[in-house]
Amino acid sequence: MSVKLNQLTIADASKGLQNSEFTSVELTKACLEAIEDASELNAYCQVSADIAIQRAEDADKKLQLGESYPLCGIPVGIKDLFCTKGVSTQAASRILKGFIPQYESTVTEKLQQAGAVMLGKLNMDEFAMGSSTEHSTYGAAVNPWRANASTTKLTPGGSSGGSAVAVAADLCLAALGTDTGGSIRQPAAFSGIVGIKPTYGRCSRWGIIAFASSLDQAGPMTKTVTDAAIVLQTIGGHDSKDSTSAQRPVEDYLAMLDGNIRGKKIGIPREYRVEGMPEEISKMWSEGVEALCSAGARPVDISLPHTKYALPAYYVIAPAEASSNLARYDGVRYGYRARLSEGEGILDMYEKTRAEGFGAEVKRRVMVGTYVLSQGFYEAYYRRAQRVRTLIKHDFEVVFNEGIDAILTPTTPSSAFELGEIEDNDPIKMYLNDIFTVTVNLAGLPGISIPATLDKRGLPLGLQLIGRPWEEGDLLNCAVALESAFQFTSKPINWWSQRRGDETNG
Amino acid sequence: MAIKLEDARKVAKLARIRVTDDELPAITNNLSAILVFMESLDEVDVEGVEAMSSVTPMHLKQRTDNVLSGDRSKVLSNAPDAREGFYVVPKVIE
Repeated sequence: MSVKLNQLTIADASKGLQNSEFTSVELTKACLEAIEDASELNAYCQVSADIAIQRAEDADKKLQLGESYPLCGIPVGIKDLFCTKGVSTQAASRILKGFIPQYESTVTEKLQQAGAVMLGKLNMDEFAMGSSTEHSTYGAAVNPWRANASTTKLTPGGSSGGSAVAVAADLCLAALGTDTGGSIRQPAAFSGIVGIKPTYGRCSRWGIIAFASSLDQAGPMTKTVTDAAIVLQTIGGHDSKDSTSAQRPVEDYLAMLDGNIRGKKIGIPREYRVEGMPEEISKMWSEGVEALCSAGARPVDISLPHTKYALPAYYVIAPAEASSNLARYDGVRYGYRARLSEGEGILDMYEKTRAEGFGAEVKRRVMVGTYVLSQGFYEAYYRRAQRVRTLIKHDFEVVFNEGIDAILTPTTPSSAFELGEIEDNDPIKMYLNDIFTVTVNLAGLPGISIPATLDKRGLPLGLQLIGRPWEEGDLLNCAVALESAFQFTSKPINWWSQRRGDETNG
Repeated sequence: MAIKLEDARKVAKLARIRVTDDELPAITNNLSAILVFMESLDEVDVEGVEAMSSVTPMHLKQRTDNVLSGDRSKVLSNAPDAREGFYVVPKVIE
């Protein structure tokens, strides 16, 4: 069966557009049809078809005039956390019901200026808090992957679960996600796609609904490493509207992807070999080491001694920042306001609005954050966690100073789990999903997940590469080497189509 | 550290989230479990270690304090209740 337009990578679609083999309107319509046919997956919470067709027509005009930027005319999906002018943005929360931004986030603006076509907004965990995209006012997103001979619905991971589903099921060519503790990399691993969290400060956070400001970063979720390079190149760079965005040049990532990693030192951190690690995960990890060796890199056993404190430190710091950031949702300026009874005052309005507007996990984290910042506990919890964070960052600085170029780990401790498998009253179990990814956010480093293999149930597993700060180009190049060694080309079997006779996806 | 019902009630109050008496035990258990999970941080020797609040040490840039955008009708367009160019809230002062 021939490849459908929506199944293309950015790189291939861009070639087709440049050579006038098809138009952006045709490409966009192929995606819109695929989206309509995949309502079962609940990836999109809002489809902006009219805007998409309009932008595709504009892109076609530019292409006719010889525009050659690789994102011109490429349909993309955007996580519901990014403010998009005139298009509903809710962070998957009831409390932002009806919110229509009057402005565009810097990174989506950059995509738009590059000629990319926004198809709509993507499902996620409410305020990016979660690892399963089950904590969403729109209902759970569903992984297009299912275990062999099973019809059980699985999570795509989270919080950027809708983005991962959309890319894996070819409902867009690429998507934007955000990553505070693993929210790009974990769903990328669960869905068999590529996802990169850039160095903190690489991309502007302006116009992205804030969760934990010292940890949040936007990043691409794509079908290939090359596509990730194309998107990151476009969305990176300093922005005067975000004082934490770095004034550092964005390298020509695409030009750096020659796959030559000869002589590179790849750190293998012994602390990541956690107790009870499934056999298949450690096997994949070993295969990753071998693949890098075959490409001429040298594995080095390293130690990151404070690794085991990363998760508890993260679950102090992130909720603390969240409790402060989410204080703005009080029913006054935007979104939902609770109905008040006769005689109720402004405090009742705040308390009822937040009780009715926030979901259980968000409430939990706001309360934890409030607690660790409150008088008498601030030093014991919050300040201590910030100090531990310094030590975690220092661990990485030591190994990078010793000449390590990148660090290889599994992305997640398991493959995708069932929807509803982790009960809502067991938050710690859900938090353990982030065990290999949070360290990267705490240290502000770039990290990428690459699909490596399928486990024996037929579900994708991902490997994570962690890079030196600001050296995304080198990191992407290591990732390309890994990508070409593993040659992961598996796609989920299309079980979600409503159309008869369309049983396969490629 | 495990917390008591009254601690959870207080924290909900500080967080401006209304919690019913029925919900309180489950919330208390959840918060306790999370706080106990954080206890391992006590094992770490942090003597003399600087607290980290931002990833890259940087001086925050300043700009002149001018309004760069702020069309009032746009600002108010998402308000649950706005009249005559202002947000409207329930009576604050008795």
